[in-house]
This record gives sequence, C-alpha cells and structure tokens, in this order.
Amino acid sequence: MTEFILKRVLQALLVLIVMTMLVFFGVNVVGNPVYIFASSECDQACLNKIIVDLGLDRPIWEQYLTFVGNMLQGDLGNSFTHGVPALHLIFERLPATLELAFAALVIALVVGLPLGMVAGLRPEAWYSKGIMGFSMIGFSLPVFWIGLIMILVFSVQLGWMPAIGRGDTAVVLGIESSFFTLDGLHHLLMPAFTLSLIMMAMVIRLTRAGMREVLFADYIKFARANGIRERRILSVHVMKNILIPIVTVLGMEFGGVIAFAVVVESIFSWPGVGKMLIDAIGVLDRPLIVAYLVFVVFMFVILNLAVDILYSVLDPRVRLDGRPS
Amino acid sequence: MSAVVAVGSGRDLWRRFLQVPSAVAALVVFAGFCVLGFGAPWIAPQNPYDLTQVDILDSLLPPGSQSFSGMTYWLGTDGQGRDMLSAMLYGIRISLVVGLLSGLLALAFGTLVGLIAAYRRGWVDTVLMRIVDLQLSFPTILVALILLVILGRGVDKIIFALVVVQWAYFARTVRGVALVEGARDYVEAARGLRLGGMRILLGHILPNCLPTMLVVATMQMAMAISLEATLSFLGLGLPPTRPSLGLLIANGFDYLQSGRYWISVLPGLALLAIIVSANLLGDRLRDVLNPRL
Repeated sequence: MTEFILKRVLQALLVLIVMTMLVFFGVNVVGNPVYIFASSECDQACLNKIIVDLGLDRPIWEQYLTFVGNMLQGDLGNSFTHGVPALHLIFERLPATLELAFAALVIALVVGLPLGMVAGLRPEAWYSKGIMGFSMIGFSLPVFWIGLIMILVFSVQLGWMPAIGRGDTAVVLGIESSFFTLDGLHHLLMPAFTLSLIMMAMVIRLTRAGMREVLFADYIKFARANGIRERRILSVHVMKNILIPIVTVLGMEFGGVIAFAVVVESIFSWPGVGKMLIDAIGVLDRPLIVAYLVFVVFMFVILNLAVDILYSVLDPRVRLDGRPS
Repeated sequence: MSAVVAVGSGRDLWRRFLQVPSAVAALVVFAGFCVLGFGAPWIAPQNPYDLTQVDILDSLLPPGSQSFSGMTYWLGTDGQGRDMLSAMLYGIRISLVVGLLSGLLALAFGTLVGLIAAYRRGWVDTVLMRIVDLQLSFPTILVALILLVILGRGVDKIIFALVVVQWAYFARTVRGVALVEGARDYVEAARGLRLGGMRILLGHILPNCLPTMLVVATMQMAMAISLEATLSFLGLGLPPTRPSLGLLIANGFDYLQSGRYWISVLPGLALLAIIVSANLLGDRLRDVLNPRL
C-alpha cells in the first residue's frame, strides 16, 4: 500500500515538473517578456535595465529554478494589469467558478439519473430513444453554441433570464455564494445548465448501462421473489449499485468541468477564473496566464492522485494489477 | 477469444450502411457541406476578404436585403458589411480543412505509436501507454488551451494543438485492435512463412485495424471541428484573417443582444449540421463495421 502511494506520488511529481517546465519555457522563451514592460521610448540602456530587473540575463535553467523556488513559496508573480499577486487574484475568483461547477454537477445528477433510469427500464420505448438522442446531442454539440442559443431564446427573445454576470451573493456560515439569494440563483441557472450538459449526457449513458446490467442480476431477482416492491428495488437495490461507476467518473470529470468553465464563463460573463484567463490572454498579462496554468495543472495532478489513491483503498485489485480495468 | 467479426464485401457493407435513413441523410448533408466548403471560391457570390468587394455601408443588413449595386444578401451581412453566405462558405472551408487535416495527422501519428506499442510489447509498450494514459487524464480543451496560449494564433498552430490532443485516442485504440489481431491465426501463418516483422505489421495487421480506425477518425474529426470552433470562439484558435465558423459565431455574439441573430445563429447552424452529421456517420459506420470499441 505504502509502496503504491509512494509510486503514484513520485509519478505526480514528475508530471508536475514536466508541466511547469512546459508552461514556463513556453510562455517565457517563445515570447519575449521585455517588450511588455518596455514603453515605446525605451532606449537600449532602459531595455538592459528591464532585462536585469526581470533576471533575463541569467541562464535559462537558473530562471526556471527561481520560478520554481518562488512558486513553492506561493509566489507566482504579480499581475501586470491588476498590480496584485496573481495567486491572490485566482483565489479571489475561484469561489465563483467552483459555485458554477458545483451547480452544474447537481443539475447533471438531478436530471441525468432519472432520465437514465427511464431509458434503462424501457430501452425500446420512443421516449427512451429520445433521451438517448438528447444525450448524444449533449455530447457532440459545442458548449458555447448551446449557451449562445440559451441567451438568444431566454434572455433576448423571452426576457426571462439575465444574460450575463453573477447576481447578488449572500454569506451563510462564512461562505459567500449565489445559492443563498433568489437573484443569485436566477443568474446561476443558465450558465450552470449549459455547463452541466456534457456531464448530464454522461450520467444518462452510465445510468442506462448500469440499469441494463444490474436489472438482470441475481440479487434483483431474489429481491423480487421476496416480494419487495418495485419502487424500493429501484431506489435502493439498483441505485446503490449503479452509483459506484457514476460517482467515480464524475469525480474524474470534475477537473474537465473546471476547464470547460472557461468557455461558459466567457459567454455568460461569469466572474470566475476562466473568464479571468481569457481576459488575461486578451491583454497579454503573462504572470497571470502562467499562474492560472500552473494552478490548474496542480489542481489536476492532485485530483488524479487523490482519485487513484482512493480507488486503491476502495478496490484492492487496482494495487495488484497496477491499473483499474 | 472473441468471435470473428463478419465483415463482408465492400458492396455488402455499402448496402447495410444505406439501410438506415438517418445515416443516408447524414452522408448527404456532410458531403454537401464538403462540396460547399471546398467549392467556396467558385460558389460564393463575393470574396468576403477582398476589401474592394465589401461595402461597409451594407453592414448589419438582415437576410434577403439588397445592396446598392443590386446584389441580394440572402443571409444578411455582418458588422463589416460582408455577405454572410460568402463568409460562411469560406468559414465552412476552413473548419473542414482544419478538422480533416488534424484528424489525418493525429490518425497517422497515433496509429504509428499504437502499432509500435503492440508490436514491441515489453517496456516500449509500457512507456508509450503510460504517456497515452497521462495525455488522456487531462481534458482535451485544457491541453489545447495551454498550447494555444503558448503558441499564439494560426492555422498551423491550431492543427498542431488538435493533433496533440487527439493522437492518444488513436494510439490506444489501434494498440488494442493490433494486439487482438496479432494473436490471430493468419498472423501465426505469416510468421510461419518467415515474413519480416515490418511486413506482417504493415501488410497484415494494419489493414485489419482499418475499420476501427475509420470509425474513430470520423468521430474524432467531428470533435476536432467542434473544439476548433470553441477555441476560435474564445479568440484563441484561428487568426481573424481566416475566420472559421467559430470565429464568425464569436463576431456575431456581440450583436446577439441587439436582436441581430443571423450573424451568429446561421454559422452556428452550419457548424451544428456538420458536427451532427459527422457523428451520425461515425455511429452508423461503427454499427456496420462492428469493431469492438
């Protein structure tokens, strides 16, 4: 067990080193950061001063080590445009993104599970085919297009929903969130639904596949033979068993949701980290871009590591085979 | 060992493909868009990037309007006075080119890696598949985003980014199929004839991987077109001088709030039709060719 965890942690560290290198060298070597600082009347002496100030006269590996050293102390540089530490900005914007992702997760489960169960119970019915068609659309249509149409229909044409921005927030138990005000929920609904579609499609498919498998299992037959009501069989016996793969996949996909939040946030002007990244790219705020990328890579590697270790605790076969089948 | 897949002759497969009306419709739609896109320079009423042909006074006209010179804008005009129909035809062309090229390159590279992994086995296989696992553990949109932030805009850059995020799917699929095929009797027979490893790999195993590759390639191409549109919409993919459908939609997004729907909705519908028809095609191909995906 210890050996397995140690191996995985080492692997995660290796990935982190490679990814930070890619991001650092990519952003700092391919482009030339000097010209971002330099004003147009900057002469050679002034340019040289900037180069020394930024440490660009030192060898590149030394620059990278300085970058890593600062990173380990939680210093990812200051944002050019905001003039405050980049990491500070990220943590300021993160709650809005997490809120959006969490709301999307809830919608995906609340809508996707029942639809998947219906489609699994009666696979040949027309409505089941409709549900599966819907899930295919959820998978294949670009997220930004769905968001756009939602704005056109519900905001511009019908005027039911606010098109952009985050609504009022309230603080409950020390957490500031839109969940606690009506205006906040009103603003949250459309972006969260848009973001939830991919996950919803996945939940529908997994639930349906799980139903088809579990419904024919012996313990369901025994439960029926024991006279347990169908409703209880579905909500307890079947549900328990189909939830395992769904929870696992959703756990692994949560990072993907954060990544897709970039798209949804830019459409709905949701003030989260994704919108911040796109704005930062627009004005070439390099420290902020690097900080975001490093932050997301960190989050990802740690998420994957956590899922791997959790898996090995829950299912000992993973440790022995080396990978889940 | 799984049952031998029944793959009939070409004509037989074609007949089975045509049995489902939605697949036929998808084929017609997709082929139609290919003709429209690749024929854009000859079909389009206007070259939307030739400034001498575009009149800024004609900007933001709704579909069906007429210009001063008597030309009818069937699908309206955008903020710069470009004919939407022409802009869309050129946009379809770029979207298709990017999707097809990146799909083909990813297919070639991924297949190479997959075949090598399946053929060499041992540590080569382990290392390659570890890299594939790693690549697949990151969401495609995130990797593409990072690459494009670093590389900047450009047709070559977005194709590179799309190949990077796609090759791993091909590598894993091809390795899986090649491993199964490699254990079959005909490979054993070829070995018995003392044919070289390369010849067995390319001449015997590869052709039997083709049906699977075709299905994955169709699906991946749809994904590539969708991803390219998303990235261009965010302002990361193609340069404004080569507007794909995604960029056209992004341009129109600014006008959406004021009710000028046609600038982003029409290119969006074209994008939709391409993606959905490619997906339906892939679905049907999978049913007909029946690879174990």
